[in-house]
Amino acid sequence: MQDQEIKDIVLKYVINEYVEDDDQEVTYDTPLISGGIVDSFSMVSLKRFLENKYKISIPDEKASPEAFDSVTKIVKLVKEFI
Amino acid sequence: MGYSDTIRSLYQAQIQEIREAGLLKQERFIHSPQAADIEVEFPSGASVKKAINMCANNYLGLSSHPAVVKAAHEGLDSRGYGMSSVRFICGTQDIHRELERKMTEFLGTEDTILFPSCMDANCGVFEAVLTNQDVMISDRLVHASIIDGIRLCSAIHDTFKHSNMEHLEEKLQLHADKRLKVVITDGVFSMDGDTALLDQMADLCDRYDAMLFIDESHSSGFIGKTGRGTHEKYGIMGRVDIITTTFGKALGGASGGCVSGRREIVEMCRQKARPYLFSNTIAPVVVSGVLKVLEILSASTERRDKLENNTAYWRKGLTEAGFVLKDGDTPIVPVMLFNAKLAQDFSRDLFDLGIYAVGFFFPVVPKGQARIRTQISAGHDIHHLDKALDAFIKVGRKYEILGKTKNEIIERYGS
Repeated sequence: MQDQEIKDIVLKYVINEYVEDDDQEVTYDTPLISGGIVDSFSMVSLKRFLENKYKISIPDEKASPEAFDSVTKIVKLVKEFI
Repeated sequence: MGYSDTIRSLYQAQIQEIREAGLLKQERFIHSPQAADIEVEFPSGASVKKAINMCANNYLGLSSHPAVVKAAHEGLDSRGYGMSSVRFICGTQDIHRELERKMTEFLGTEDTILFPSCMDANCGVFEAVLTNQDVMISDRLVHASIIDGIRLCSAIHDTFKHSNMEHLEEKLQLHADKRLKVVITDGVFSMDGDTALLDQMADLCDRYDAMLFIDESHSSGFIGKTGRGTHEKYGIMGRVDIITTTFGKALGGASGGCVSGRREIVEMCRQKARPYLFSNTIAPVVVSGVLKVLEILSASTERRDKLENNTAYWRKGLTEAGFVLKDGDTPIVPVMLFNAKLAQDFSRDLFDLGIYAVGFFFPVVPKGQARIRTQISAGHDIHHLDKALDAFIKVGRKYEILGKTKNEIIERYGS
């Protein structure tokens, strides 16, 4: 699967799941957790979404706030396990 | 010396940062009992000033009610001051169990266990009943004490958008494989004053085999026809598995809280909840006061009815004056100012006019949603509300926000 395709799927999920203000722009490199868009609690749904979608298992120690801090970083993490 | 100058400077710098960000919290000293009319020393060292309290959680005006004070005195005389023990060693009196029985009856549940506070109840309950095979799914605006309880629990945690039932359903589907699922919400949300959609939530919980948890701290005693809470308002009494609530707000306002709900869950708390196991419970004097509160509320709905009328009067007055309010029908009535500095200036000017109402801004509420959170009480009479309204209008005129929309206020003052 192409990086770009995964990027778009993850970005769409992040916007639908976490962005409540229509004016807020989120790009591939917008800081999600350090930028206050995703709180570290809410990461779990993103992790479970990725695991279900790509039939992978991301170990908890790899699912750090740093690794989930942007769409680009998330895609890099997902690619490790596909 | 362990506490070196370096350590001291580090903390001083942090406190200075908080101060410079305009986020330093300062206490106001009240020199009178908690009531609609109070005497306040603010700032510290200033002369004591009379003010109308528009921001207490004293919803039913029972904090200094003569019958409650008298019952507390009697409790002090008959059961003493302290217990000097946790519950399961020698810290339980007959009146502690009596209060648990009365709360069970009041809330329409199966059993109840007291905690030193509702913060403790929320911190202890999840860890006591869930494991890492389970999931907690909470509304994104639940109270900070619930967040702390969730952090202490090994079950996984997910959230749903505030009061968004479609999103909650998606989450129940996503976590369908978990052993136990608990949906977690406040009954009344303390910052916005809106209520959780409990009838729909209870239906979803039935459909997806999940338990329902509600924190009724801003509801118990006055929401619903007889004041039993949000579950009464939505007609789902008996269908909520876990209720936590406080005695520190409408129910006398002193301190203490409880977990009430399914018999086995309460028993698990008695066996495993750490704030229950490792801390003294509510002092006998407070237990005696709360018992009187429940007696008063079970005999008549007069106080919650007065609160409902006061709330409607206050909302109508503010709306007609042209303020932007958060929608709702609870006694929490947020007057929206959007800008943090405006909220602080507005609060200070109100205080100059003898009205005590605090401004809330980030991080207590989201950025751009600064407000004065007013809270109505059955202890208010119409003359209190009229005087407060008059002051709000004067200050509103000063800042030229009356009749202005959200966007117009933000355009002028920023968000």
